[in-house]
Amino acid sequence: MMGAENKGHDHEEAHLYASKEEMESLVLDKHPLSGNSNGNSNFFSSYRSAMSSSLPDSHHPLSPSAASAITTDSDPLLSPPPYPELHGPSSHDNSYIKPPNYADFIFTPFDGEDNKGLESPSPSSANSPTSFSRSSSSNSEYIRITVSNPQKEQETTNSIVPGGNTYFTYLITTRTNIPEFGAAEFSVRRRFRDVVTLSDRLAESYRGFFIPPRPDKNVVESQVMQKQEFVEQRRVALEKYLRRLSEHPMIKKSDELKVFLQIQGKLPLPTSTDVASRMLDGAVKLPKQLLGDGTVVPHEVVQPAKGGRDLLRLFKELKQSMVNDWSGSRPPVVEEDKEFLEKKDKMHDLEQQLSSSSQQAESLVKAQQDMGETMGELGLAFIKLTKFENEEAVFNSQRARALDMKNFATAAVKASRFYRELNLHTVKHLDTLHGYLGLMLSVHSAFTDRSSALLTVQTLLTELASLQMRSEKLEAASSKVFGGDKTRIRKMEELKETMRVTEDAKSVAIREYERIKENNRTELERLDKERHTDFLSMLKGFVASQVGYAEKIANVWGRVAEETSGYVKESI
Amino acid sequence: MEHQPPPWSVSGSSQSPRSPSSQPYLHVSVIDPVKLGNGVQAYISYRVITKTNLPEYHGPEKIVIRRYSDFVWLHECLFEKYKGIFIPPLPEKNAVEKFRFTAEFIEMRRLALDIFLNRVASHHKLRQSEDLRTFLQVDEAVMERLRAHETGIFKKPVELMQIFKDVQSKVSNVVLGKEKPVEESNSEYEKLKHYVFELENHLAEAQKHAYRLVKRHRELGKSLSDFGKAMKLLGSCEGDSLGRAFSELGAKSDLVSVRLQKEAQQLLMNFEEPLKDYVLAVQSIKATIAERANAFRQHCELSETVKLKEINLEKLKLIHSDKMREAEDEYKEVKEASEKATRRYETMVRLMKEEIIQFQEHKTLDMGVAFHNFADGQARLANNMADGWRGLLAKLEA
Repeated sequence: MMGAENKGHDHEEAHLYASKEEMESLVLDKHPLSGNSNGNSNFFSSYRSAMSSSLPDSHHPLSPSAASAITTDSDPLLSPPPYPELHGPSSHDNSYIKPPNYADFIFTPFDGEDNKGLESPSPSSANSPTSFSRSSSSNSEYIRITVSNPQKEQETTNSIVPGGNTYFTYLITTRTNIPEFGAAEFSVRRRFRDVVTLSDRLAESYRGFFIPPRPDKNVVESQVMQKQEFVEQRRVALEKYLRRLSEHPMIKKSDELKVFLQIQGKLPLPTSTDVASRMLDGAVKLPKQLLGDGTVVPHEVVQPAKGGRDLLRLFKELKQSMVNDWSGSRPPVVEEDKEFLEKKDKMHDLEQQLSSSSQQAESLVKAQQDMGETMGELGLAFIKLTKFENEEAVFNSQRARALDMKNFATAAVKASRFYRELNLHTVKHLDTLHGYLGLMLSVHSAFTDRSSALLTVQTLLTELASLQMRSEKLEAASSKVFGGDKTRIRKMEELKETMRVTEDAKSVAIREYERIKENNRTELERLDKERHTDFLSMLKGFVASQVGYAEKIANVWGRVAEETSGYVKESI
Repeated sequence: MEHQPPPWSVSGSSQSPRSPSSQPYLHVSVIDPVKLGNGVQAYISYRVITKTNLPEYHGPEKIVIRRYSDFVWLHECLFEKYKGIFIPPLPEKNAVEKFRFTAEFIEMRRLALDIFLNRVASHHKLRQSEDLRTFLQVDEAVMERLRAHETGIFKKPVELMQIFKDVQSKVSNVVLGKEKPVEESNSEYEKLKHYVFELENHLAEAQKHAYRLVKRHRELGKSLSDFGKAMKLLGSCEGDSLGRAFSELGAKSDLVSVRLQKEAQQLLMNFEEPLKDYVLAVQSIKATIAERANAFRQHCELSETVKLKEINLEKLKLIHSDKMREAEDEYKEVKEASEKATRRYETMVRLMKEEIIQFQEHKTLDMGVAFHNFADGQARLANNMADGWRGLLAKLEA
């Protein structure tokens, strides 16, 4: 590890000198900054806008690839120094983000091998934090999803309103080497509604699993925001979501996801659980026929009553839950798994801490951003002063001062740039916190799956018990009548039949409950393991970038301190 | 004697350790700030120590107690009597800050007053001022009387400042050609005036950003500290090694945060203050420019008056009027006044020429020191932070 660090530093040094030319590229163009205040304010505002946004598409007049190096060796007292010129906003470079690349390389030596996850930290392709740090499982499985090309389309079915509804579709491209997909690269067009469907279907099929939460519907925002901005925001969110799905070991292999990513045309997943929930009935299987698979895979699902339209069942389960809560008696089966309960508490704690950490991380990012901005503004103010003194210079002392100011200002602007680059890294790393906070939602719903399955079991047991009681009563009553009563006998038979069905349902429900419990357990294990790895990467990454940029900033100022050290010696 | 931090003004040091004691010397220092009084009446008193071998002073060493308004008195006296010279600026009155008498504020003010006094004592003309001698030597009771008495004439310092500003703005209107000017038509001087006014704007902006930067350091320190605390708590949810890592991060964040707060204070004292001082110095020059305009106007007006009187006198001579004697006396009076005014004006022009050169040189030195301190401070801060984080990184990678 030490070796890697050293190599990193050397590399960084080399890069620092190599890009010195790029960095010392402050060039004050006489034209836009000449005397008139209009020119000044225009320039200032474009610089401001560059400063205030951290997105790469902003115009950045201080792009490192602009202009040439300054010759600092001319004697300032003999002739006015060639002061730096700043290119106008027209020569902006969208590759403002480029410089961090080498920093990125250096500062992530621990995940450098996983190149498929690694790419430049441009916020536009929002990487989920998990794809960065963990190489995807031991085998060389690979799946990469991109969402792009939003297009407006017309709603064809709704002919009531002329000109109809419009909606946006997004091009979803998948590259993978997973054999189950049957192809290496494919694309489909999907709209947001399809994503909601996908998410709902996954929630049903993967009860007990920690399913990444889907992006919000943002109904208000879609009305209030600018169309383009909103669509872009949604595109980014969709990409993040799909990528997270594809990283989940179970979901990435799911039929639902496969269908979503591959099947052209209309999404063939049911949009609602029209599978009317039968009374404690049992298995519902996904129409496997769609995928050409004739056999029914034992993928039993007991739909939660809330999802279905079974009012009677809802009523019974509600009654049961009230009994659980209010009566003194213990329900027939309880959550006994102590380990689980402990884990649950822990998750609750974790969520709270994640929430406050996430908040503090945001504040930290803002503070770093502000620091960079103000440092830059200070530098700018001195650049203006430099220009001013040089233009108005009558005495050599003024020229000397102008030179000092220039060096100072240059350093300040460089430092400002470093702060902002550092911030990009910080955002990237601390995003892990936000990501896991979001994941807590899925943990909640997985735990909810478990408790509703338990409730179903309890309800069925209660039901069974009462059926049993009725049957016994009936038997006792009918034994008193010799020879039996036709109606009573029929009733008893019906009752016995109901009991059998209920008994079956109970078995299914118990199986389901156990299944979900097991899912919870494995997911919790997975979560813990992945969280450990991700958090460790996050810490390392955060600290490494702090080190790296602190060193760079120290360098920049160290040089100025040296250059001005003469003044301090004089005063003693 | 209290250890004094080196002043950020090179131009403000009357001390020169290399000068042998046989040479005439005048060393001054302002130390030991003490808060006196209560509530609204509260003020700070300082000890002013003078060490000298000059004959005009009573003895080799003298210690007196002075307060801010005494310094203001001295400043006004100097401004009145030494036209043409840029009187060193005083730190601003700032009545609001007074209620928040933090240790840092008190120290900054003490330093600024020390620099002011040193600049006066090392200025070749100002150091000869009788008012300076008075300031450095009389006891508090006398000083108080003087302060009150002069206050009567000059009115309370705050109002005086207001008058100065009014005069300034009135004259700057004249100077900048907004009213009908009785103005010097000297292009070099025009250029200077323009330079001074522009310079103030630029400097004020730089100072504004410098002050903001101090705040940013404080804010970053605070958010880092809060972040560290949150991380520690988060770590307590995790187990063993990861939990330890989080708590180490939290601890380190705390340390870095403290360092940032320290740097904020340093920045304030060693960079923002000098910049503020620079702005005040430029304002002092503006006041002198206003005075010069006054002097010039007086000189012009009196010259005119003399001519008129002369013509009048000639007329009276011709008709042998008995008013002639009166007129002659008047004429002599006015002529004397006019010559005085002209001399005054010309002295000012001469002095200002020298002063400007000194000003530019001093400011280059002062800014050089300020830049150095800033850069040095930032470099040290960054290096400390890098070392701190690096140590943590090594632990994490283990």
